[in-house]
Amino acid sequence: MSLSSQIKEYCNVKYRSIKVALNQVEISVEKDNLLKLIQFLKDDPSCLFDQLSDITAVDYPNKKDRFLIIYQFLSVSNNQRVRVLCSIKANDVIPSISKLYFSALWAERELWDMFGIYVEGHPDLRRILTDYGFQGHPLRKDFPLTGFDEVSYETESRRVVYNKVKLTQDYRDFDFNSPWGAEDTIKDKKNND
Amino acid sequence: MTDTKIKPITMNFGPQHPAAHGVLRLVMEMDGEIIKRADPHIGLLHRGTEKLIENKTYVQALPYFDRLDYVSPMNQEHAYALAIEKLLNVNVPLRGQYIRVLFCEIGRILNHILNITTFAIDVGAMTPLLWGFEEREKLMEFYERVSGARLHASYIRPGGVHQDLPDGLLEDIGLWADQFHVFIDDVETLLTENRIFKQRTVGIGKVSRDEALSLGFSGPCLRASGVKWDLRKSQPYEVYDKLDFDIPVGKTGDCYARYLVRMEEMRQSLKLIKQVISEIPNGDYITEDKKIAPPKRSEMKGSMEALIHHFKLYTEGFRPPKGRTYTCVEAPKGEFGIILESDGSNKPYRCKIRAPGFYFLSSLDYMSKGHMLADSVAIIGSLDIVFGEIDR
Repeated sequence: MSLSSQIKEYCNVKYRSIKVALNQVEISVEKDNLLKLIQFLKDDPSCLFDQLSDITAVDYPNKKDRFLIIYQFLSVSNNQRVRVLCSIKANDVIPSISKLYFSALWAERELWDMFGIYVEGHPDLRRILTDYGFQGHPLRKDFPLTGFDEVSYETESRRVVYNKVKLTQDYRDFDFNSPWGAEDTIKDKKNND
Repeated sequence: MTDTKIKPITMNFGPQHPAAHGVLRLVMEMDGEIIKRADPHIGLLHRGTEKLIENKTYVQALPYFDRLDYVSPMNQEHAYALAIEKLLNVNVPLRGQYIRVLFCEIGRILNHILNITTFAIDVGAMTPLLWGFEEREKLMEFYERVSGARLHASYIRPGGVHQDLPDGLLEDIGLWADQFHVFIDDVETLLTENRIFKQRTVGIGKVSRDEALSLGFSGPCLRASGVKWDLRKSQPYEVYDKLDFDIPVGKTGDCYARYLVRMEEMRQSLKLIKQVISEIPNGDYITEDKKIAPPKRSEMKGSMEALIHHFKLYTEGFRPPKGRTYTCVEAPKGEFGIILESDGSNKPYRCKIRAPGFYFLSSLDYMSKGHMLADSVAIIGSLDIVFGEIDR
């Protein structure tokens, strides 16, 4: 029996949908049932997802639910993988799963650092990859690629200084999309929103 | 006499410390010589790779993967190429798959040489490092002959590999592979039964099976804790299921077991390399699909269509259909995975890199608690940490 049908049969937690794309199982779930579902995936003998591979988010600035949180799990015992998806609004808070998986500790810190998604119940939610005193959340789509500050060593004062980014030329954004295919992309965008 | 309470001392380890393996700043709370808490501060090498990838076409983003784990560059490219191929649903010709396996195993040996020898120097053995770098240089020469670059190869491309193997390379790799076991034996005589080395590593940084899984361990570190798990066997990709090799599994889960697993993995990689050399078929090395792989140079000189394909590929690139995939490979350090999301345009909408080292380092606090200061050096050395991939 495939993993998706097993989950359909045994899972008593309410989830939104389950689908198989590119041979990978994806379960969408509401924020409120997230913890319960992950607990089920970890404990149920048909799943036994004993390792959390990764947590990340995808930013859709134009959607009503701005962020899509992705949890990727691996079951070493059953040799299976599953992905749990959870859409949240821009200011929503998600529960921490660091009590279930130790590796969530840093993954959730990264989520907070890169996307500014607050993780409730995390014991030590600090920034992780960005500089001390960094402002903003770099992987949000509205964060510019060049950033805001640049760091350099000033020989006169003999110290490292922070300056605002000054570009001698605007960042060039090429539109590679060929005019012939433009209609399809516009249609896709409308369907997305 | 009354007991005086001593406040724990906070100590900075790094960012410029040779045993930190790069730019690791470790803030440690010490009770005398005992570690109470270790708090790694990472991100000093953060370059925003994921953000940059979102702003490049799929092929332009490929060289960033060489710069993640710069000790074994091609294994990372491989994961990315596989992710794109999954989205595009293309198949790699058999010769291309063999070449990929060949260079991924060379990458594994490159990585393990560096890790074992620097680990040894961390705990006091100098000689393996000097010998190891000589061998690494030979391997990087093979990288250079196939791609033109010693380190940042960008050789594995979506659909196959960039170029066919040059004449005589396979024979030379074969010659090298025939004598490499001498190096492994030599290092083993220096380290495996070495009293000092064993005193520094046996029983240090022990991790049980369940802990290793919860901590997000993968690769040699997971196997050292007694989990028989290797993606090349359990979820095979390329031609690994046709090749014969074993997975070494450790028993104790300490630093010494991690060292032993890596040593044996080098021998298994050598076995794989020899098999690839004898079995590699002739034929195409990259897919025929001209919407994904560029045409040959010689074709471009005469064919208008080939020229157009080349131009379109290197300006606009290709557009994978909408979709999301998690693709991972057994990189030398562990499970290197990529969550790649396509919105149907020519740039990745989101590319999350799952670096194995990130989770190793996150468990450093857990592993080094209660150990002596000098043991933290052994633990960091045995975890195989490279900051290119941790900081991204």
